[in-house]
Amino acid sequence: MDIIVCVKRVPFTQEVDLEIDKSGKSIVTDGLAYVINDWDGYAVEEAILLKERIGGNVIAVTVGSEDDEEVLRRALAMGADRAIRIDTCGRSLDGLVVAKAVAAAIKGFPLDLVLTGVQADDDNQAVVGIMLAEIMGLSHAAVVRGIEPEEGSLKVRVELEGGIDEIRQVKLPALLTIQSGINEPRYVSVMGIRKAAKKELKVIGIDELGLSEADLALATEIEEVYLPPETGGAEMLSGDPSKLARAVIEIMRRKGVAV
Amino acid sequence: MGDILVFVEHRSVSLREVSLQIISKADELATKLAGRLTAVVLAAKADFLPSDFSSRADRLIVVEDERFSDFDFTAAAEVISKIIKEQSPHLVMMGHTPWGMDLGPALSVRTGLPLSTDCVDITLDGTRVKTVRQLYGGKLFARVSFRDDSKGCIITVRPGSFPVAASCGRKGELVRIENAANLPASSSRFIEYLDTGAGEIDITQAELLVSIGRGVGEKERIEEIRELAGLLGGVVSCSRPVVDRGWLPKYHQVGTSGKSVKPKVYLALGISGAFQHVAGIAGAGTVIAVNKDKKAPIFRVADYGVVEDLFAFSDALKEELGK
Repeated sequence: MDIIVCVKRVPFTQEVDLEIDKSGKSIVTDGLAYVINDWDGYAVEEAILLKERIGGNVIAVTVGSEDDEEVLRRALAMGADRAIRIDTCGRSLDGLVVAKAVAAAIKGFPLDLVLTGVQADDDNQAVVGIMLAEIMGLSHAAVVRGIEPEEGSLKVRVELEGGIDEIRQVKLPALLTIQSGINEPRYVSVMGIRKAAKKELKVIGIDELGLSEADLALATEIEEVYLPPETGGAEMLSGDPSKLARAVIEIMRRKGVAV
Repeated sequence: MGDILVFVEHRSVSLREVSLQIISKADELATKLAGRLTAVVLAAKADFLPSDFSSRADRLIVVEDERFSDFDFTAAAEVISKIIKEQSPHLVMMGHTPWGMDLGPALSVRTGLPLSTDCVDITLDGTRVKTVRQLYGGKLFARVSFRDDSKGCIITVRPGSFPVAASCGRKGELVRIENAANLPASSSRFIEYLDTGAGEIDITQAELLVSIGRGVGEKERIEEIRELAGLLGGVVSCSRPVVDRGWLPKYHQVGTSGKSVKPKVYLALGISGAFQHVAGIAGAGTVIAVNKDKKAPIFRVADYGVVEDLFAFSDALKEELGK
C-alpha cells in the first residue's frame, strides 16, 4: 500500500503561559519548545503499522521551514521510507493553500492512502486533510480511530459524539484524518533519528509547484488574538494538604455525598 | 442578500441538538441581516422533525432518499453544493461535528467559498460576517474575518456555543426536492453504529465521580486513585488523554466523545479542562478541581479549586478519611 502521511511541527504549549506579540495577531514563539503535532504522531504510527502489516511504502510530507524538518526526521525514524518538505518561500499560508501545495507536490505519485491528523495543536482548524482529499478527488473520512484494510476499501471507525462510533466502508484511494488514541506511537531515540538521516529528504519550494497567485491567496485573516476572558471561576481553597482535604470532605457532605 | 443556509443533522431518526443551537443563532443573524433562513434536511424520511421545527426557518428544503438514513458524504455534498450554487446564500452554517468536519472543508473547496471552522461566536460588522474561534486548545481566542466574502462564506459551529431559542416565528415554507436518484455513487458506505460506552461501570449514574486527567502521569498510579474512590464511595472516571494512552477503557471517559455525567460532586484530579471535557460535566452539581497549574482552565468552570499536586492531595484525603 502506498501511503502518504502529512505532518506539522507545532509549539508545545501545555502548561505554558502564552504571550501575545506586538502585532496583536499572533503569539511570542521565542523560548517555546516545538514538537510533532500530537494527532500527526498517531497518523505516522498508523501508516507504519499498515505498512508492517500489508507491505508498502510510506512518504512523510510537511510544509514549512528548514526547522520543520525535525518532524520529518522523526517520521523517518519511526519507519517512513522518505520525506518531502515543501518550503514556504517566506509566504504566509492557510489551510487551503497548504492543501493545494501538498496536492501539487504529490501529484502523479502512486497512492492508495493519505493520512493526516484530525487537526493541528496550534490553529485547531481541522481543514487541511479533507481539503486535500477534495482537491485530489479521494474518498475521505474525518475523525478516524480505527482502520481495517479490505479488498479495494477500508473499514474505518469514525468517532462520533457521546461514546458512539460509526463503522463505515471507504473506497480506496482515500484520505483519513486520524484521531488521537488510535494506536500507541512508538518511541524514537536520538540515535534512531540520527540513523534515519540517511533516508531521502527532498525539499521543493512552494513557488516551484506551478500554483498561481490566486491559488496562494489567503481566505481568512486573523484580526486580533486575545487571552480567554476571566469568568467568575472557582472559589480557591487554601491551606496545607490536610486542611484542604478536610475542607473538601466537608463540601462533599454538604452537597449530599455520604463520605 | 443576507440569506442563511443551515445544514441539519440527525442520527438514528432523531434531530441533533447542535442543529437546533445553530438554527437559533442563524435566526438572530438572519433577522439582523433582513435575510431569509433556509434549513436543509436530508433524510430517508423527515418525519422525526419536531412539530414546531418549521417555525424555525423561512424555508425548509427536504430531500428524502434512502441514502440519507445515515450520513452519506457523497450524496450530501452533491445536494448541498448544488443548493449553494443555486441560491448563493450570504452564510452557510453547520456543526463542527465529525460529519460537519467532513462536509465543511469539502464544500469550501467545491464552491470556492471561504471557511472558518469550530467557531464559538459569530458577529456582524454591517453585513460582513466575523467569527470567534479558539487557538492552542482554548489558550487563546482569535477574531477572524473573511478576505473575500462577496460570494458568501461557510462556518462550522462548535456544539454548545449557542442556546436553543424557544421558538422563532418564521413561516416554514416546505420545499421538497425529488431528484435524489440522480446522485453520484457513494465513495463510502454506512455499516453500523457501535456504543463504546458499555462497560463494567456506568459513570452516568454515579453520585460521586473521582476523575483523573493527564496529570496522573502514569498508568501504575491509577491504583492509588481507585483506592481513594473506594474510600470515598465514588466511581473513577477520566478525561480523554487517559483513554488515549490506554490507561483506562473508554467507558470511563467524560466529555464530548465520551459520556455526559451528572454526579452530585465531580472531583477533577489533574484535569486541565479542555472544552471537550468541560462539555461533559455541565450537569454536575458541584465541581471540585485539583491541579498544580493555577492557570488550568478547569478552575474557570469549577465551583471550588485546590492548587496542589494531585497525589499529595489524594494522600491527605485518604489520611483524613482514615481518622
